[in-house]
Amino acid sequence: MTTTPPLATADVVDTTTAALAARAEERRLRRGLTPRTAFLLRRLGRLVVSLAVVIMASFLLMYLVPGDPVRAALGQSATPELVEATRIQLGLDKSMPEQFLRFIGGLFTGDLGTSVRLQRPVADVIGQRFPTTLLLAVLAFVIAVVGALPAGIGAAVLARSGRRRGLSMAVSAVLGILIAVPSFLLAVGLISLFAVRLGWLPAAGWGAPADAVLPVIALAIGPMAYLVRIVQVEMLAVLDTTYMTTARAKRLPRRLIHLRHALPNIVTATLTVGGMILAGLTAATVLIEAVFAIPGLGSIMVSSVGAKDYPMVQGVVIVYALIVLGVNLVVDVILATIDPRSSITEG
Amino acid sequence: MSPRKRFLNPIAISAIAGSALLLFVAVAGPTIWGEAATTTDVSSRLLGASAAHPFGTDELGRDILARVLVATRLTLLLTLGATAIALCGGIVFGLVASILPKHPRRLFTGLLDILLAFPWLLMVLFFTVIWGATATGAMLAIGFAGIPSFARLVYNLAASVSGRDYVRAARVVGVGPIGVLLRHVLPNIANPFFVNAAATASVTLLSFAGLSFLGLGVQAPEYDWGRMLQEGILRIYVNPLAALGPGLAVVLAGLVFTMVSEAVAGSRGAGLRAVRARAAGAVTISARRRELVAETGEPAGDVVAEIRDLRIAFATADGGTIERVRGVDLTVARGEVVGIVGESGSGKSLTAMALAGLLGDDAIVTTSAHTFAGIDMTRAPSPAERARLGVELGMIFQDPLTSLNPALTVGRQLTEVPEVHMGMRPKEARARAADALDAVGIPNAAQRLKQYPHEFSGGMRQRAMIGMAMTGRPRLIVADEPTTALDVTVQRQVMGVLHRAQEETGAAIVFISHDIALVSAFCDRVIVMKDGRAVETLDARRIREDARHPYSKALIACLPDMNSDRTRPLPVIPPELVPEALDETHDDAHDDREVTV
Repeated sequence: MTTTPPLATADVVDTTTAALAARAEERRLRRGLTPRTAFLLRRLGRLVVSLAVVIMASFLLMYLVPGDPVRAALGQSATPELVEATRIQLGLDKSMPEQFLRFIGGLFTGDLGTSVRLQRPVADVIGQRFPTTLLLAVLAFVIAVVGALPAGIGAAVLARSGRRRGLSMAVSAVLGILIAVPSFLLAVGLISLFAVRLGWLPAAGWGAPADAVLPVIALAIGPMAYLVRIVQVEMLAVLDTTYMTTARAKRLPRRLIHLRHALPNIVTATLTVGGMILAGLTAATVLIEAVFAIPGLGSIMVSSVGAKDYPMVQGVVIVYALIVLGVNLVVDVILATIDPRSSITEG
Repeated sequence: MSPRKRFLNPIAISAIAGSALLLFVAVAGPTIWGEAATTTDVSSRLLGASAAHPFGTDELGRDILARVLVATRLTLLLTLGATAIALCGGIVFGLVASILPKHPRRLFTGLLDILLAFPWLLMVLFFTVIWGATATGAMLAIGFAGIPSFARLVYNLAASVSGRDYVRAARVVGVGPIGVLLRHVLPNIANPFFVNAAATASVTLLSFAGLSFLGLGVQAPEYDWGRMLQEGILRIYVNPLAALGPGLAVVLAGLVFTMVSEAVAGSRGAGLRAVRARAAGAVTISARRRELVAETGEPAGDVVAEIRDLRIAFATADGGTIERVRGVDLTVARGEVVGIVGESGSGKSLTAMALAGLLGDDAIVTTSAHTFAGIDMTRAPSPAERARLGVELGMIFQDPLTSLNPALTVGRQLTEVPEVHMGMRPKEARARAADALDAVGIPNAAQRLKQYPHEFSGGMRQRAMIGMAMTGRPRLIVADEPTTALDVTVQRQVMGVLHRAQEETGAAIVFISHDIALVSAFCDRVIVMKDGRAVETLDARRIREDARHPYSKALIACLPDMNSDRTRPLPVIPPELVPEALDETHDDAHDDREVTV
C-alpha cells in the first residue's frame, strides 16, 4: 500500500531552528551576553587569532630563509664585519625566545625595528608612505562601488527574463574582458593611450592630482566590472523571487519596487564582495605603484623584498594584514547591523 | 550529450585551438625564432614597429616579437610548475584534512580560512623573501601561495562527497579511509577539480607576469613575458608595442586557460543543456493569435473578473514558442469562491497569475477579453487603475517563506498598500495593518508588525500574507496553492483564516490547488485543468456525482473516503490520463476544447 509522504513542512523545520536558536540564546543568557555582544566577541576572537598567525609568520620569516638569512641578504661579497654588524642589528645574536619577546614588545610600542637598507625606523617609512597607498585604494574602491551599483541594477532590470538578449550578451562580454585583464596590464594600455598617444595625462609620477587619475582608473575598472556582475546576478535573482511578485501585485511604483524591495536584498552580497575587493585592492596597489612609479607602501614592499630587508618586509606585511583583517571585520559588523538574518543568531 | 557534440561547441573548439597554438609556440618557438630573439644589432636598436620588426627592437637591437614568442616556453613552464605545486599541495592538505578527526580538522580549516583572507599577491611577496627573487623562487612562492585556496576547495569537495550515501555505504562494508578516498572520493571530485585547476593556471600566469614585472621573478639574461613588460614600460614613449606586445601575450594565454576551464565546466553541464535542447525541439507554434481584442463593454455588475480565450506561451531557445495554457475562459462572480485543480504543469498557476496580470515579460499572453472590476487588463493601467488594482486585488502564494520580503519588517510590508494607494498617513496605515494581523489571528499584532518575516513561523507568515490582502479593500483574492507548503494542522488553520477573510471582506477567491478534497470542501465551483485546458467545471457540492470527464473522475476516484476498501491498493490515475509531458509534441494544440467555463 502506497502512502503519500507528508508535504514539505515548513513549520516543523521552523520549530527545529527556533528550538536551536532558543538553546543558543539560553547559553548566551547564562553568560550574560546579548546576541550582538556575543557575535562581536566571537568576531574579535577570530581577529586576534588571525593576527597572531600573521605575527608568528612574520617573526619566523628570517628562520624560514634557507641557509644564513644575513648572508642571503647581503650577498657573498659582503665583509664578515658587515655581516656580523647586521646580525647584531637584526637581533639574531640573541636567543630565539628573547628575540620573540622583543619583537612582540616592539609591536605594542610601535617600534617595528630599523630598515637594514634605508637605516631608518620602519615605522617612520610606513607612516610616510601609507597615506598614498590608502588614498589610491579608497578612491578606487569608492569609484568601483558608486559606478557598479547603478550599472548592475540597470543591466538586470533592462535585461530581465530574456529581454534585450543582445544587450545583455554585449554587457557580459565586456565585463568578462574587463575582469580578466589584470590591473597592471590595463595600466600599461591606459598609459599608452592617454599618456603616450593623446598626451592628456602623465604616464608616471606622484604629486599633482592629475597623477592619480590613471592609477585610480586602472585599479578601479577590474573590481568595478566584477561588482557590476555580482550586482546584476544578485538583482536578477531577487527580481525573480516571489516576494518581488508580491511587491508587483501591490502595484507599487517602480521606484519603490526597485529601491525599497529589491535593493536591501542585494546589499549583503554586494558588501561581502565589496570587502573582498577593498582587501584585494591593497594588494593590487603594489603592482600599480610599480607601473606608475608611485612612492607608496607597495613600492617599498617590492624593493625590500628584492633586497631582503627583513624588518621592513615584516612591518609592511603586518600593516597589510591589519588592513585586510580590519576591512573584513568592518564588513561583518555592518552586515550584522543591517541584515536582520545575518550570523548574529547562529550559534 | 554525445562526446562529439561536447567537443563541437564554440568554447571547446577555441579552447582546443588555443591550447594547440600555445603548445606549438612553446615547443617550437625557441627553434624557429631563437636566432632572431638573440641576434644583437647595434645599428637597429630601439626601433619602433616596422615590417621587419612588427613590435620593434630592444636596446640591443633584438626583435621583440621573436622574443615574445620565444618567451612563451619559459612563461608556460613556470606557470605550469607553480600550478602543479598548488594542485599537489592542495590535494594532499585537502584530503588529509578530510579524514582527520573532528578537532584537528576544525583547527586546520580555521587556519586555511585565515590564510584565505589574505590577497594572493601579499602571500607571494612574503614567500619571495624566503626563496629569493629568482625564477625558481618565484615559482615556489606562487605555487605555495596557491595551496590554501586549493586545499580548501579539495576539502569542501571531499566533504560534500563523503556525506553521500554511496560513500557511507562503502564505509559500512569496511572500506578504510584511504580506500574510500581513492575509490569513491577522488573520482567524484575530478571534474570540479579540473575546472578550478585550469582557472588557477590562468591566475598563476597573471601572478607570474606581475612578479617578473616587479623584478622579483625571472632575472636577466633569462626573460619571460613579465620581465619583457618591465623593460618595455620604461620605453613606452619610444615604442608602446614593446610593453603592449608581451602584455597582449599574457592576456591571450590567460584567455586560453580560462576557456579550457569553461570547456571542462561545460561538459559537466551537458545534461542540463541537452534537456534544454530537447525542449527547444518541441511544440513550436506561432504567437500570432492576437485576433479579437474586443471591447466587452459589459458593466462590471456581478462579475469581478473575467478572462476569455486565455493563451500563454513562452519563447523557446530556437525562436519558436511553446504554449502552456491553451484557451481558458474564466469568470469570477462577486463573492464567489472558485477552485482550480490540476496537476503540476496543468497551467493552473499560470492562469491565476494571468488573471491577476502578474505574468513576467517572458510570457506571451493573449486573450480576447480580460477585465477586473471594470478595468481593462489588456491595456497598461492608468495610475488610478493601478491604485485600484493594488487595493482590490490580493495575492497569496504557495510558499510563505519566500513570499514576504526578508529585508523588510512585516509592518513595512503591510502598511504599503494603505500608504501608497489609499493615501493613509503612516499612523493610520499602521493601525490598519495591526487590525489586519489581528483579523488573521496573530496575537500581539502591534509588536509583531515590528518583526521581520524570519521571526514568524511558516503558518504565521501565510496568515500575514492573507492579512496583507486585507489591508486593502479586496474584491478578489487569488490564492495560488496557499497551503501546499504547510503541514496538515497549520493548513487547516490557514484555510479557516482564509474563509473568515472571505466572509469579512466579501471578496471573491480564486483558489488554486492540486488537492481536490480541499478544493471541493472550500469552494463553490471547481474547475479541473489538464494540459493547459479547463476540461470540466463542477458544482463543488456535487463533485462526485457530476464529474463526466475521465480525468476528473480519475482524480476523484483517488480520494479515499470512509467507505474505501482498505485491503486494496489506492487507485492511481491511469497512464493514458496522466498529463502529457510539457515538451512533447502535440498535433491537437488547437482543437477539442472540451468545455467552456
